[in-house]
Amino acid sequence: MTQRLISDSSEWTFPLLERYNAEIGRIAADFGLDTYANQIEVITAEQMMDAYSSIGMPLGYKHWSYGKQFVTTEQHYKRGQMGLAYEIVINSDPCIAYLMEENTMTMQALVIAHACYGHNSFFKGNYLFRAWTSADAIIDYLLFAKNYIAQCEERYGEETVELFLDSCHSLMNYGVDRYKRPAPLSMQEERQRQEEREAYLQYQINDLWRTIPLKETSADAGDSQRFPAEPQENLLYFIEKHAPLLEPWQREVVRIVRKLAQYFYPQRQTQVMNEGWATFWHYTLLNKLYEEGFVSDGFIIEFLQSHTNVIYQPPYNSPYYSGINPYALGFAMMCDIRRICENPTDEDRYWFPDIAGSDWIKTLDFAMRNFKDESFVAQFLSPKVIRDLKLFTVLDDDARDQLEITAIHDEWGYRHVRQALADHYNLGSREPNIQVYNVEYRGNRSMTLRHTLYNRKPLGESSNDVLKHLHRLWGFTVRLEAVHENGKIEFRGECPPGR
Amino acid sequence: MPTFIDRRIDGKNKSAVNRQRFIRRFKSQLKKAVADAMNGRSITDMDNGEKVSIPARDLSEPVFSHGPGGRREIIHPGNQEFVTGDKVPRPTGGGGSGSGSGQAGNSGSGDDDFIFQLSREEFLELFFEDLELPNLVKTQLAKAQEFKSVRAGYSSEGVPCNIDIVRSLKGALARRKAMAAPYSMRLREAERELDALLEETDETDPQVIALQKEIDHLRARIRAVPFIDTFDLRYSNRIQQPQPTTQAVMFCLMDVSGSMDKARKDLAKRFFTLLYLFLKRNYERIEVVFIRHHTIAKEVDEEEFFYSRETGGTVVSSALTLMRDIINARYPTSSWNIYAAQASDGDNWHHDSPSCRDILIKQIMPSMRYFAYIEITPDRHQSLWESYEDVKKAYPQFAMRQIDGPADIYPVFRELFKRRAAT
Repeated sequence: MTQRLISDSSEWTFPLLERYNAEIGRIAADFGLDTYANQIEVITAEQMMDAYSSIGMPLGYKHWSYGKQFVTTEQHYKRGQMGLAYEIVINSDPCIAYLMEENTMTMQALVIAHACYGHNSFFKGNYLFRAWTSADAIIDYLLFAKNYIAQCEERYGEETVELFLDSCHSLMNYGVDRYKRPAPLSMQEERQRQEEREAYLQYQINDLWRTIPLKETSADAGDSQRFPAEPQENLLYFIEKHAPLLEPWQREVVRIVRKLAQYFYPQRQTQVMNEGWATFWHYTLLNKLYEEGFVSDGFIIEFLQSHTNVIYQPPYNSPYYSGINPYALGFAMMCDIRRICENPTDEDRYWFPDIAGSDWIKTLDFAMRNFKDESFVAQFLSPKVIRDLKLFTVLDDDARDQLEITAIHDEWGYRHVRQALADHYNLGSREPNIQVYNVEYRGNRSMTLRHTLYNRKPLGESSNDVLKHLHRLWGFTVRLEAVHENGKIEFRGECPPGR
Repeated sequence: MPTFIDRRIDGKNKSAVNRQRFIRRFKSQLKKAVADAMNGRSITDMDNGEKVSIPARDLSEPVFSHGPGGRREIIHPGNQEFVTGDKVPRPTGGGGSGSGSGQAGNSGSGDDDFIFQLSREEFLELFFEDLELPNLVKTQLAKAQEFKSVRAGYSSEGVPCNIDIVRSLKGALARRKAMAAPYSMRLREAERELDALLEETDETDPQVIALQKEIDHLRARIRAVPFIDTFDLRYSNRIQQPQPTTQAVMFCLMDVSGSMDKARKDLAKRFFTLLYLFLKRNYERIEVVFIRHHTIAKEVDEEEFFYSRETGGTVVSSALTLMRDIINARYPTSSWNIYAAQASDGDNWHHDSPSCRDILIKQIMPSMRYFAYIEITPDRHQSLWESYEDVKKAYPQFAMRQIDGPADIYPVFRELFKRRAAT
């Protein structure tokens, strides 16, 4: 046994990393994990903070908000209020994972198992990532974005570009296509296309056109038609294509922000699954490593200690409670699926007739590939996990004086809890539903947005500030209306404020 | 195949640009923080970083989000006492267990101030800003203590560009001699023997052949001693020596009669600080002497200097006399560089001004490196100014100026900085 031991010290070295990686990779392949090639980079704590503040992107354009993020992280870290994450992993091909040099050997092994095999295989397998991101092109695109924005700064001034980016950032969550797959990116094509777009737009500005007499159209014919014909939910796309006053470079910047939002969109929808999957695999892989005698008792104890910290779920009345820990929920569900496959109880056979007793590797792989958080919870949250986590739902209705406990972990509550939790991960209900309803393109070019209320949830205070940003992008009056559930339409705000 | 890449050697300041932009954007808030810090700090302590806070709402990035209200169902873990249908009073405030904290908490993280640390350079940059210092001066002031690299013998380790060739070859020669010594000795012997043998026999003699062989062998051994070895290498050793600096004393003179209000004192404080920073840059040890005066002068500590008030008339010469006495008693010109900065609103007892001039010209100015005087008043000059004009004519190291705002301070020191920047 002891001859197989890879190392017994907490110091790591590059040769050791390679040996651990080789063993973990072998076991992962045995379990059928399909991954991109790995590129593992060792960095310092300070570089980790850099990576943090650029939302994990290996290269990003310059913007003050990243500086703010960096300053915050640095403060928290220096005061010891926060440990840095052990790793950051980037959805690219090859998959880039950062290891921090301060980690012990055990932690490095954990991170390799977690990021390089867990997250990596998730990025490669999950349908959202496959459909919405192009792992092989993202680095090139980021490079293009960085250079392009730097170029704009040179040409139009840092401040102009910065203010414009502020406005785009405030609408970033509304720059996502939810139903249509974006075309894959490549830097070469992208640059070429950008130049073509710019040249074409420039070509359009031809003064001759203005001299052609306009055909008289009857005014009332157009009034009944709205533009856009259907409400548009991708605000940034709408602005990029239709904002009347934007210059070509500004449209390109809108596009860059939109593309980045699109790239991060799957991550926002698969947090529980992604972390749960990676946590499940680092747990499984390292335990296997231990069983085969490659690591020592000390190693596995140190590993279990940090693993337990990661998946700790404080109860709702704990001072440490800050919502449901995605690692805890994800890990519990992944383990539970394996349990249902391997040792199903009668309850499981009743709830999950399809998967009870099936091959767990295949079932887990299927779950990983074809779901997002919302549907994953709706499909796989078992009564046992609800009982283990003691989940309960609280109804908070501003029309009533008191809160009501609507369901707890009992026979009558399982379905309700499951539904509520799935809803909780539904981005559609978490973010206000705001769409471009109408643009008066024959009149004063003002734009009307409609916020369709869901469960009577109103907009937060900062919405008026967002309208200011939107006004900067659109260039004409921007109006916000609320559509109540009973169909009543109410005026909510305007920028610039009307008289 | 997986690739391991060691990125630690890459630059770590990837975010430096973003940080700069962040600071630029919130300059107005930061400047206010710096101004506050300046009031709270001692002159001698101005040279550090500063922790500043910005109200969080000023730097929030707005997004569309849900506000409180409406109907929402929230899910929590760790149920202990609830059963379905329980009614609970709505918790007030954001107690964590309450509803509404779940989602709203993500968007706006409370109204805590955003606190962060300005580095020393950033602090000074902001501090100097409205003083309108030329850049050269700014960098000079911000620079930390200077070192001079001096030769300190030789060492056996170092970088290739520092190799001392002569030394290394000398060492190599000595080593070659030493290592070849046994062979050379035997070689000389063998050669002598061979010569002796050749006298008697001819070249085919087996003894001669054996000796010839030995000689060839010895020569080969000597040749095999390496010409130069890493062991021989000597590097010029250089060490960082702090620039020899001397000591300086700085006198701060201020009129504290009733007419000097808080705004004027703040201005005076900046004036004194600038001189202090300049001195700190040039001298290793600085002492600061605070003298305040109305009709009588008194040596005080900084706290009292800026913050206590007394009323009375104004006799400037009292301060000058005291300063002269202190110089004579404690700061011999042979070992101290003496600087002085005087701030006043220009008011002086009429008959005192000529005596001020006399004391300055005859007794003080000869031992001064620099004497800067500012008159903080928008009004026209009074008698003191006229008397000081004479001093200015007599001594180039005397500078004076009437100032109205912080931007007027620097010109007082212009000569001083110019001189220093040139050397």
